Amino acid sequence: MSAPSVPTGEMTAGMPPALSIEARPAPAPAPRGWSIARLGGYAVAAVWLGLLALLVFYLVSVFSPEFMTRYGPRYLDGLWTTLLLVGISVTIGGLLSLPLALARLSGNPILNGAALLYTTFFRGTPLIAQTFLVYYGLGALNAELKSIGLWWFFREAWYCAIFAFSLHTAAYQAEILRGAIRTVPSGQREAAKTMGLSRWITFRKIILPQALIVALRPYGNEIVLMIKASAIVAVITVYDLMGQTRFVFSRSFDFQAYLWAALLYLAIVEVLRRVWDVLEERLTRHLKR
Amino acid sequence: MENGILPLLGFGAEGWGDQLLWGAVLTVCLALSTLPLGLTLGFLVSLGRRSEERSLRFSATLFTTIFRGLPELLTLFLIYYGVQIGLSAALKLMGIPAVVEINAFVAGMVALGLVFAAYASEVFVSAFSGIAGGQSEAARSLGIGRLTTMRRVIMPQLFRLALPGLGNLWLILLKDTALVSVIGLSDILRQSSIAARVTQEALLFYSVACFIYLMLSLVFTLLIGRLEKRFDRGLVRS
Repeated sequence: MSAPSVPTGEMTAGMPPALSIEARPAPAPAPRGWSIARLGGYAVAAVWLGLLALLVFYLVSVFSPEFMTRYGPRYLDGLWTTLLLVGISVTIGGLLSLPLALARLSGNPILNGAALLYTTFFRGTPLIAQTFLVYYGLGALNAELKSIGLWWFFREAWYCAIFAFSLHTAAYQAEILRGAIRTVPSGQREAAKTMGLSRWITFRKIILPQALIVALRPYGNEIVLMIKASAIVAVITVYDLMGQTRFVFSRSFDFQAYLWAALLYLAIVEVLRRVWDVLEERLTRHLKR
Repeated sequence: MENGILPLLGFGAEGWGDQLLWGAVLTVCLALSTLPLGLTLGFLVSLGRRSEERSLRFSATLFTTIFRGLPELLTLFLIYYGVQIGLSAALKLMGIPAVVEINAFVAGMVALGLVFAAYASEVFVSAFSGIAGGQSEAARSLGIGRLTTMRRVIMPQLFRLALPGLGNLWLILLKDTALVSVIGLSDILRQSSIAARVTQEALLFYSVACFIYLMLSLVFTLLIGRLEKRFDRGLVRS
């Protein structure tokens, strides 16, 4: 066939050169001027760096091996107590949150109302007031508690703290779980039903795994919030990181006591955040494209 | 205990009602006076977070990392004792031997304001991303200055988008004010503690304290709902 098809290469070659723009290097970036934002930014950053330098300088200047050997073990002990307290409370709270979330999602008005009352109370009042209510309030009922054999539990600040914290975080975790379960499309449930799966298996194997992925990020935030909130147990004489810090400060009258605690808390929260990012990355890798 | 709890909660010399009421007033006052500081600082920090200038982004991120990572109670102590010790040391350097004492109310306000600002900046950043970029471009093509664009075009939309998040933060702030009782400010919790110690009715008074906080939360939840409706009034219902 001798169709008048012209090879494309020839065509471009035959085009008048005026229509094509010659390749040329990208223009040099405009010089970054000293805008107000830049000046302000440098000023603010300078203040921050100055403060950080001051902090480091202060900590170095007051650093003494004596302080460290004397109080260092206390800090580690307090750190462990804080982590233990948060770990136990978040675990118990997680177990409690499941029935609470299910009650909130159930059609039963009594169950739903009771769970709503519970979450409203624990989310609407400060944790420190709840802790006082358990430790001092229930502690005032010592005669009654002795008669039912629970006094050993409510006598200890440590148990009271775990009790109050577990109930508190259960309310928050129930809301997280409830929201997450509601994000699972109802088609999932219907599909499971048509395949003849029982309700419990559907919930355990199909709904909950998908809900937990959605809930992962809020759970991480909740643990961070609990670590921070756990500092208030120091007020009811539990020697967590904050409690030990207050003890050290009352002994030494040295302000570095608080600064070390601040660095430790920041470190825990940062490490937890990083770990959570890795965890989320790994658990959601099947959702990535 | 059985001869009535009502006299204990009544007003006047016998009852603790008036003390608790003043505690509630102080709690609300502290939260209200923290709000302007926290909102302004939070807004500025969110501007820094969105800025093209790297030094501003760095400073803003450092701010939120620090104040979202520290326990509120520790922040309070750092401000309360830190400022006193720092100022005293600074005065000593200048040759003025003086012990500086700062007001517990101010310390609470600053500490809670810093924490509020750190969280509020997150809310503002996500609200900013909810406003289409065409809005500021359109304003610019009309020849409206940057400041006026921010004030008349962006901010009215921004606050509508940020309101649910800010409402949550306000409720958290209201509860966080309970921490100032630890540095001796007579808020609801401290007044209840005093009443509990004097009357030996700890369960009653801490329950009442929780009840007052609950009522405050409920009232403000309703108010925030009304406010959200008002901010939505310009929106065309689909």
